[in-house]
Amino acid sequence: MPKAPFNAWLVPAGRLLLLLGLCFLIAGPWVCSIPQLQLLTQFLSLLVIAIMWNLLAGYADIVSVGQHAFVGIGAYAFFGFAVFAGFSPYLALLAGGATALVFAVPVMLIIFRLRAAYLAVGSWVVAETLMLGAGKLTAFGGGSGVSMPVSVVRSLGVQPALRYSHIYWLALAVAAVALATTWLLMRSRIGLGLTAMRDNEEGAGSVGVNLIRSRILCFLWTAPFLGLAGGIITLQKLRVAPPASFSITDWTVYVIFIVVIGGIGSFEGPIIGTVVFFLIRQYLAEIGVWHFIILGMLSIGVIMVEPRGLWGILRRVVPGDLIPVSHRPPARPLAGSDSAPSGTHLKEPHSTPAG
Amino acid sequence: MLELVSVRRHFGPLKVIDDLDLSVAKGDVLGILGPNGAGKTTLFNVILGVHPVSAGHVRFEGRDITRKRPWSRCQMGIGRTYQVPKPFSHMSVFENVLVAAVSGGQGSIRASRDWAVEVVELTGLAHRMERPAGELSLLDLKRLELAKAVACRPKLLLLDEIAGGLTDMECDELLEIIRGVHRQGATIVWIEHVIHALRRAATRLAVLYGGKIISSGTPDAVLADPRVREVYLGVEA
Ligand SMILES: Nc1ncnc2c1ncn2[C@@H]1O[C@H](COP(=O)(O)OP(=O)(O)OP(=O)(O)O)[C@@H](O)[C@H]1O
Ligand SMILES: [Mg+2]
Repeated sequence: MPKAPFNAWLVPAGRLLLLLGLCFLIAGPWVCSIPQLQLLTQFLSLLVIAIMWNLLAGYADIVSVGQHAFVGIGAYAFFGFAVFAGFSPYLALLAGGATALVFAVPVMLIIFRLRAAYLAVGSWVVAETLMLGAGKLTAFGGGSGVSMPVSVVRSLGVQPALRYSHIYWLALAVAAVALATTWLLMRSRIGLGLTAMRDNEEGAGSVGVNLIRSRILCFLWTAPFLGLAGGIITLQKLRVAPPASFSITDWTVYVIFIVVIGGIGSFEGPIIGTVVFFLIRQYLAEIGVWHFIILGMLSIGVIMVEPRGLWGILRRVVPGDLIPVSHRPPARPLAGSDSAPSGTHLKEPHSTPAG
Repeated sequence: MLELVSVRRHFGPLKVIDDLDLSVAKGDVLGILGPNGAGKTTLFNVILGVHPVSAGHVRFEGRDITRKRPWSRCQMGIGRTYQVPKPFSHMSVFENVLVAAVSGGQGSIRASRDWAVEVVELTGLAHRMERPAGELSLLDLKRLELAKAVACRPKLLLLDEIAGGLTDMECDELLEIIRGVHRQGATIVWIEHVIHALRRAATRLAVLYGGKIISSGTPDAVLADPRVREVYLGVEA
């Protein structure tokens, strides 16, 4: 059953593609127009949110539909720290992430009493309640929200071009940190346990994976990143308002589509999903609400073919992960190369027909 | 080493384990027999904590572990195989075993890699090392179950019907592996329908029927017990 080498080039090709994407993102401010840069900023924020939802739902089996709560909290906290407390935008951004983390603790205590569908409903109720709470904050314009004062906006750059590239760099930094640290998490022993949980929860618990601690860690891991994304989104929109900052459609429903289409429970999935989502949105936006329906149909279609999404489908021909999170046995002097067609020189007690 | 005191496990009105007392001494190889649906697997679920007990106590190495979660019990030294394998299908065989070595054996990934490879080789899965577990045959899945349990470095190893469906030769190899683990100091509780395998390995046998142990002692004494012949061997032999 060794894979014929005909498709071995797909892994380096895929990595090259990712690298080119990264180069493009880094070159963004020099090669893109302002609207394009804004689009890329949105892309990066949504990518962060998608990575986080994938971590929760794809690995830790926390199918939350209340992610938008932490985006909203991050947005409001950023606004508060930047506008009322007079923090610099950078500091306010970090403070927004920290605030989301603080809120995550009580939210976790509530929703972790629930499982499965109840957890989903519970997380949604909590998020909607927080949104209603935000609408009561008169300093933030109550239910209709408030715009950022010009002075704060200008602190990021007087000319729009400079300002937008500034915001873009922040978004890129947040996305890079989210991606890199989450990759490190997945490579660690905790991530190894999470990957086992993804595949079989009871089995993971029985070999010593602490399911509760892993879930807590995941939940607390995602909150500050969601909060940071909320801050970036606020910088871009230059205002906060309950329905927009706490938008269930933008920060939860679309994100679920993204992760499901791209491939839940894989590192590549959310990246692919976010790219596909933006392509669909860009090219099919003129057909209005239909792009929403197409997204829904596409996600249903994809899961019916392959529950692990587009990346699951691609993975049938691509012989390895593009972003390796898996672990390989230590190279041994006698074991030969990893791609050796069969382990004939290894001790093989008896051959058994597979299946 | 392991002690169950008046343990009950009920599923609604169904009393699967009913006021059961059992003690396993260090170094034992205890074979457990019992007809289908006798509650053998449920007994393991109770020992590992997959199911909470409805009543009673579970003690391990003198500590009351009744309220401990499965992963804590695993880290304390209870390893277990599942009758219906629970592989991590999208992870490689090596990673399946590595998870157990790292989480159950409580080492770093770096320090556990060689041990994981050793266990994979010991259980005869070396030729599948980097294949996804989802691709394994049933026989290899059973080996993987054993590998994961052994990788946790258990002091107490619970085996749930891992010899079913093996040829004689495969069964001999399996016995050799289990004896090896036993020689390293592990105590073993082994559920099996294949009586001749148990008879060769077990120092003691116990027969579970109707949620209780109806007979226990040396293999010869238990297999000669008329109650056992009636409820169990009557079906098997
Ligand atoms: N989670 C559960 N919920 C309800 N009933 C259960 C559950 N687990 C086991 N049972 C019931 O408990 C009884 C004993 O099951 P168990 O799996 O322990 O038997 P067993 O002795 O292992 O049988 P076998 O030899 O077939 O493996 C069965 O009647 C089964 O239906
Ligand atoms: Mg059973």
